[in-house]
Amino acid sequence: MKFIKYLFVGIFFGIVLVKSEAVSWFRIYEMFRFQSFHMYGIIGTAIATGVLFLQISKKGHIKTMQGADLYVPKKDKGFTRYIIGGIIFGLGWALVGACPGPMYILLGTGVWSMLIVIAAAIAGTFLYGILKNKLPH
Amino acid sequence: MDFILNPWPWYVSGPLIAIVMALLLYFGKTFGMSSNLRTLCAIGGAGKFSDFFKFKWKDQLWNLTVVLGAIIGGFIAVHFLSNDSGTALNPNTMTELQHMGFKNPGANLVPDEIFSLEALASAKTLILLVVGGLLVGFGTRYAGGCTSGHAITGLSSLQMPSLIAVIGFFIGGLIMANLILPLIF
Repeated sequence: MKFIKYLFVGIFFGIVLVKSEAVSWFRIYEMFRFQSFHMYGIIGTAIATGVLFLQISKKGHIKTMQGADLYVPKKDKGFTRYIIGGIIFGLGWALVGACPGPMYILLGTGVWSMLIVIAAAIAGTFLYGILKNKLPH
Repeated sequence: MDFILNPWPWYVSGPLIAIVMALLLYFGKTFGMSSNLRTLCAIGGAGKFSDFFKFKWKDQLWNLTVVLGAIIGGFIAVHFLSNDSGTALNPNTMTELQHMGFKNPGANLVPDEIFSLEALASAKTLILLVVGGLLVGFGTRYAGGCTSGHAITGLSSLQMPSLIAVIGFFIGGLIMANLILPLIF
């Protein structure tokens, strides 16, 4: 039963990403061609709302359901891994038009070919795990 | 009901995505979809090959539940909450894509030329899907997050590493959409 809330968050997430067209291959292409404001509007207002939420929570007005302070994990300091890893992900994002969330959501909409993309993404993650210690971070 | 069935405007969608992040933080968790790929590796026994996959994956089952929900959400959205309005793309984008050989840009969420089951008969399509997936899986883990973990959660919490990662996302995306895709299609 404690998992049911995560299931509902996931359902909500899936619906929002389909209805916002953020899972559309075409919208991602359009964004990277600077031909529409749509995706920038979505990402921009999501971040603005997120900043506002976290600033309010910092003042102590919002706690977790367990009553603790909200906790956002701090990313490790660095540059190389973020820029190179980011570029590699960006290449894939614009190619298949889907980041890791939309890959699953599109599967739900009936795009069965996403199973191949997901399997390859798991393989890519595995490859990173194998090569991790040899890569600059 | 048209406002539900039609595509939602960006100024509604963005804040709703932030609510997903806020709800997970309220539950004491973090919004990050690419971590699930690592969890799936660990469940599959990847810990035998790299310590990177040796962790208590059972602690991540909540996130796989979000994934399951997202799949169901995708199903509900197209079958019960949509009409056939299609995506209102920029006319220039549509013309451009038609010149590249895409027949009905925006008619569906993804182009048939890449994602239909018939398209799988072509080796080019298959390679494209596999290479795309590999890049996404490798890149997100190398960068330590994807659009949800870095662009939404990381930038909302004003973290410099996430800003660098998101700049990387855009460099990669711009190179693919502007330089490489025109060569492929």
